Amino acid sequence: MKPNTTNSKSVNPVGGAKRPPRIAIGHWLGVLPFFVFSGLFLIGPTLILAYRSLEGPEAGLTLDNYRQLVNDTVLSAYSISIKVSLTTAILGGLIGFVIAWVVSMGDLPPRFRLITTTFSGVAANFAGVPLASAYVFTLGRVGLVTALFKLLGVDLYKSGFSLYSFLGLTMVYLYFQIPLMVLTILPALDGLKREWREAAENLGASPIQYWSRVALPVLTPSILGTMILLFGNSFGAHATAYALTGGLFNLATLLIGQQISGDVLHNPGLGYAVAMGMVIIMAFSIFIYSMLQRRSERWLK
Amino acid sequence: MVSGLIFLVISLYFLVPLGATFYWSLRGEKDVLGLEAYRKLFADTNFLPAFSESIINAVATILLSLLIVVPTAYWVTLRLPKLRPIVEFITLLPFVIPAIVLVFGIIRLYSRPPLLLTATYDSSRVLLICVYVALSFPYMFRSVDNGLRAIDVRTLTEAAQSLGANWGTILFRVIFPNIRVALLSGALLTFAIVIGELTIALYMAQHTLGPYMANLTRSKVYEPSAMAIVAFAITWAAMGIIDFIGRGSSKRIANTE
Repeated sequence: MKPNTTNSKSVNPVGGAKRPPRIAIGHWLGVLPFFVFSGLFLIGPTLILAYRSLEGPEAGLTLDNYRQLVNDTVLSAYSISIKVSLTTAILGGLIGFVIAWVVSMGDLPPRFRLITTTFSGVAANFAGVPLASAYVFTLGRVGLVTALFKLLGVDLYKSGFSLYSFLGLTMVYLYFQIPLMVLTILPALDGLKREWREAAENLGASPIQYWSRVALPVLTPSILGTMILLFGNSFGAHATAYALTGGLFNLATLLIGQQISGDVLHNPGLGYAVAMGMVIIMAFSIFIYSMLQRRSERWLK
Repeated sequence: MVSGLIFLVISLYFLVPLGATFYWSLRGEKDVLGLEAYRKLFADTNFLPAFSESIINAVATILLSLLIVVPTAYWVTLRLPKLRPIVEFITLLPFVIPAIVLVFGIIRLYSRPPLLLTATYDSSRVLLICVYVALSFPYMFRSVDNGLRAIDVRTLTEAAQSLGANWGTILFRVIFPNIRVALLSGALLTFAIVIGELTIALYMAQHTLGPYMANLTRSKVYEPSAMAIVAFAITWAAMGIIDFIGRGSSKRIANTE
C-alpha cells in the first residue's frame, strides 16, 4: 500500500546519497516545530503538574499528595465522574450501536445513513455551552418539555427530576456520546464481509447463529474499545458540565476548575495529584482502547 | 419497518432539544414569534468583539497548525517512517490530557519567570493560540496523513525535484494543492472545535466566544437560545462542508480509476 516508504535513502537518486549530512538536518527541521510545540504546550505543562504533585511541604519528592486523594471531597468527585462516564459510555455505546446497525443493515433507504453520519459529525462536536443551553431550554425549570409535561399534569421538578443532577448530566452527555459511537462503530460494521454471512448461511446457520457466533465476536473488540473511548470522552469533559451547573457540581473536572480559581482543597499539592489522577485514568483507558482497536483490525480491515 | 421506528424514536432524542431551543429563540418578544432574540444578541456590545476574536484565533490556529503538521506528516511519510509511532503517540495526547488539566499545567508553567507568558492579555492570547495548535494536532495530522496516503508522494516529489524544485516549492506548490481536500477538512474540524472552546479560554481569562456564551447563559433569558442556534449552525456548516468536499473528492478519485 505504501510503496517505498522504507529504504528511502538508498532508493532516492537526488537527495540522501549525494549530500547525506545536510539533508539529514533538513529532515529534522521539517519535524522539529511539531516536537517543539508538543513539548511546550502538551508535554511540558503535564510534566510540571506531575512534578508538583510529587512535591511535599518540605523539600524532596513524596507520594503524600496521592495518599491524600483518599478523602471525601476528592473521592466523591471522582466517583460521580466515573459513574456518569460509565453510564453514558454503556448507554451511548448500546444506543449508538443500534443506530449504526439500523442505518447500515436495516431496511432504510441509503439517504438515512448519510443524514445520520453528517448529523453525528455535528452532534459529536456540539458539546460545551450551546449544548448545555439547549438542554436548559428543553428540560430546565422553564424548558419546553418540562412545560409540556406540566400540561399533561406531571410536574417533573416536583417529582424529583432535575437537569442539574446525575440523571440530567447523563442525558446531556448522551447527546455527544451516542453520535461518537455511531461515527466510530460504522466503519467496523462496514468491515463485516458479506462472504462471512453467505458462508454461515450455506452451512445452515440462522441469522441469530450468524450474529452470535460470527458477527458479534468479530465486532466485540471494536464495541468495547469504542465504549472505553466514550468513557474517556465523558470523564475529561469540563465545558458542558461547567455551563450547565455553573461549575458547582461535584465532578472531577469541575473540582480541578475550582482548584485553579482558588485552592478549594486547601492544599495545592493535592490539586496537582487530582489532576494527575485524571491523566492516569485517561491514559489507561486510551491505552486499552488502542489495544482493542489493534485487535479488531485483525479482522475488520 | 422496525428499523424506521427505532430510527424515529432516537432521532426525537436529538431533535427535541434543538426544536425547543429554536422555539425559545423566537420568543424574544412578548406574545409574538420573531427574531428579537437574535437582534438583541447581535446588538450586544460584547458579542461581535468576542465572536471576531474567536474567529481570528481559530484562523491563526489553523494556519500555524497546517504549517507545522503538513511538513511533519510529509517527512514522516517520505523520509522518517521510524518517527511515525512517536508522532502518532503524541497526536493521541490531547485525548489523554483533559482540557482542564492542560490549562492547569499551562497556568503553572507560564505564569511565573522564566516563562512568564500570562503577564498581558495579548501574550496570554498568543499562548492560547499555541495551546489550540497543539490540541488540533490529532485532527490535523489524521486528515493530512489520509490525504498523503491517497496520493503518490514519492513520485510527485521526485518529479518536482528532477525539474529543479526546492523543498519549499515542493511543499507549497506540489503537495499542498494535491491534498487540499484533506487540508480543508482538517482546517474546518479545527475551526469547529476552537471557535466556541470554553475551558482553556475561561481559565486564561480570554474574552472569546466560549466564556462569553457561558456568561450569557447566566445573565440573559432569551439570547442564549439564539446563541445556541447560531453555534449549532456554525458547527453544522463546518461539518457539512467537510462531508460535501469529501464526497466530491472520492467521486473524482473513483472516476479517474
